[in-house]
Amino acid sequence: MSLISSTYDAGSFFDEMFEPDGKTVRPHYRRLAERLTTLPAADFNQRRAAVDLAFLRRGVTFTVYNDSEGTERIFPFDLIPRIIPGREWTKLEAGLIQRITALNLFLHDLYHGQKILKDKIIPAALILGAKHFRREFMNFNVPREIYVHICGTDLIRDHAGNYLVLEDNLRCPSGASYMLENRVAMRRAFPNLFSSYGVRPVETYGDALLKSLLYLAPDHSDKPNVVLLTPGVHNSAYFEHTFLARQMGIPIVEGRDLVVRESKVYMRTTAGLVQVDVIYRRIDDDFLDPTVFRADSMLGVPGLVAAARAGHVAIANSIGTGVADDKVIYAYVPKIIKYYLGEEPILANVSTYLASEPLDRKYILENISKLVVKSANEAGGYGMLIGPASTKAECESFRTQVAANPRNFIAQDPIALSRSPTYCDGELQGRHIDLRPYILYGKKITVTPGGLTRVALRKGSLVVNSSQGGGSKDTWVLQGDE
Amino acid sequence: MLSRVAHSLYWMSRYIERAENIARLLEVNLQFLLDFQGLNDASLKDHWDSIILSTGEEKLFAEHYKTATSRTVTEFLAFDLRNPGSVLACVFAARENARMIRDQISAEMWETLNELHLYLKSQNTTDVWASGPHEFFARIKQASHLFQGLTGATYSRSEGWEFIQFGKYIERADKTTRILDVKYHILLPSASDIGGAVDTAQWQAVLRSASALEAYRRAHVSAILPWKAAEFLIFSDSFPRSLHYCVAQIDDFLRRILSEMGARPKSDAARAARRLLADLQSLSIAEILKQGLHEFLQQVQTTLDTIGEEVVQTTMFYPAESSTEEQQQQQQQ
Repeated sequence: MSLISSTYDAGSFFDEMFEPDGKTVRPHYRRLAERLTTLPAADFNQRRAAVDLAFLRRGVTFTVYNDSEGTERIFPFDLIPRIIPGREWTKLEAGLIQRITALNLFLHDLYHGQKILKDKIIPAALILGAKHFRREFMNFNVPREIYVHICGTDLIRDHAGNYLVLEDNLRCPSGASYMLENRVAMRRAFPNLFSSYGVRPVETYGDALLKSLLYLAPDHSDKPNVVLLTPGVHNSAYFEHTFLARQMGIPIVEGRDLVVRESKVYMRTTAGLVQVDVIYRRIDDDFLDPTVFRADSMLGVPGLVAAARAGHVAIANSIGTGVADDKVIYAYVPKIIKYYLGEEPILANVSTYLASEPLDRKYILENISKLVVKSANEAGGYGMLIGPASTKAECESFRTQVAANPRNFIAQDPIALSRSPTYCDGELQGRHIDLRPYILYGKKITVTPGGLTRVALRKGSLVVNSSQGGGSKDTWVLQGDE
Repeated sequence: MLSRVAHSLYWMSRYIERAENIARLLEVNLQFLLDFQGLNDASLKDHWDSIILSTGEEKLFAEHYKTATSRTVTEFLAFDLRNPGSVLACVFAARENARMIRDQISAEMWETLNELHLYLKSQNTTDVWASGPHEFFARIKQASHLFQGLTGATYSRSEGWEFIQFGKYIERADKTTRILDVKYHILLPSASDIGGAVDTAQWQAVLRSASALEAYRRAHVSAILPWKAAEFLIFSDSFPRSLHYCVAQIDDFLRRILSEMGARPKSDAARAARRLLADLQSLSIAEILKQGLHEFLQQVQTTLDTIGEEVVQTTMFYPAESSTEEQQQQQQQ
């Protein structure tokens, strides 16, 4: 029995593998389709089980919260890859580079002259009232003028297959380790397919990341010490932290391993204190330094901010980048690109209504059941309403919240995310997906060819987050076009 | 090396060694009792009581169980997570320490501990008991040996290595004293029993608990004589589980960890280790028996504790475990 059933339903969505007729395979998927038709279902299942077991054994897991046993689960992995032709990627890459360049200039401006506010491109109140705007860093010059060193932009495709930016993650985007681990798994499961396809490698990510971190080291150190700062073993992304530290061969530290003396940061080692030059932090601003931000933080390092201000240590990503990935600021990114670069955005936004604008607000309140409403500062699929899929009471509750605190909400037209054939219940069925590529800003900007494709495994679901029933796929960017 | 990492390496190594030793102790004694079906209930109870006593957890055991039987002692020492010294608790702790320093150890070392952890999680006492516990104990011992072999084959001879080895030998020396002490607790044999079938079998069991029976036979081609078995486990300078051998290793790794290269030690820990080593090099079994075997073993245990504690204090500033409040913040963030 073949995995691709003759009754595969592409639905009214953009299907990554099939043309709208639901039968014709798109050119860049043809070789995969051929392989799948000759692969017996039992064989496929065997490979699936082997991959799952390997993930479990190697501890490629995330921690489930609200579970007293601190259960670790594997991130469900689907063996059908998402394939992107070379020319499509070239355009995506250009769009992502354009976007991070503009956002970085924007951050620099916000923390210096604030020209963009004076020119009234963005209402000043939006910035000055933003939760993640860090006044403490006004007029501070970050190393090499780079604010966002690691960026994970979420992309989706609409019903016509156009790529749209859903959000910019400029703080501590996670998931790069799954991009790398998924590739290892696929290479084992389908070695021959790989060599025949010409898939561009993602394995350069670790080196590129280290390089962009080393680029930030203060000039005085000829052998800079780079560390990864983790919240600790109980964090859901702890696996990723250890994984990336191993890839780069740098120590992984917790806040309590570090100490600040005379505005310099040291790690406590068995041989005494050793100075640290660059910190790749995977802790939010709020927890970073209890003397400046949340005073009750037990994860941070007292004095770290002062050390950064003194220029003795570089922090990636910089403090205060959250102001630019706020969901309200998101709506202004096309204007930001035009303002700083004088270019039209290569990648479009999802059309967005701002509850802070009177006309938009009126529209949102009147049409809430047809819209997706998001609170400005939540992540992980929380604090969000999908109008068409919600009850009257849920819509009503959001309507009240939006009216009470408009600055905190935006709304978007629901996008029919593209679908990809995914193994469910013994056959391939269409499931909605998104894509998070990883962009590194060092001496130059590089985009790792590929990224993390997340898939909503529940039938009909549009939520791809791992905390809410999402899984992932390997993402193949081809050298050529098919 | 980060102090926290050193701390985790040390405990990872101690815990896996501990799990292996407890597994072996349990297995040997279960086996021993099968060989002596004729023992009456009272002597069975004495036997198991002595095992619990030797682990030092008699109070905890009394809190949760009524009497010491094969079943309850196995439950307590193998599976009970309320006992921090149970095999299960030790493996989980070893694995959790390894997870904290996942970036510092080789993939092979991590996978061995993780697989053992997954295996144990999938087991329950009733099933293990029903199918005979041999397979269960064998898995634990194998995983520990595999782990030690892989550590030797994949881990750099660095400072971390010193902490791993130091932890292993401290734990092993401690367990050897406890295995010997079991025999003391079982019975101070009445004169007529010495050299009898039960006595000999008990000494055999002691040797097997330390994987030492074959090595002993090669060293002494003769019947198993009580003082000879004790002598072997205390003084052998070549058997890797004897007290003498372990303490020599402890002394060696301690010198490197604390940079104690001089003829006279500077730290209390190094001084204690060297004094203990000198005793083991120079005492005779007759002198120890005169002082009392039990008293001697207890003294050694105290010295080992002191040495371990001082190394933790001087090279590692704080425990690797985090408080509940910290854990919550780690999750929130």
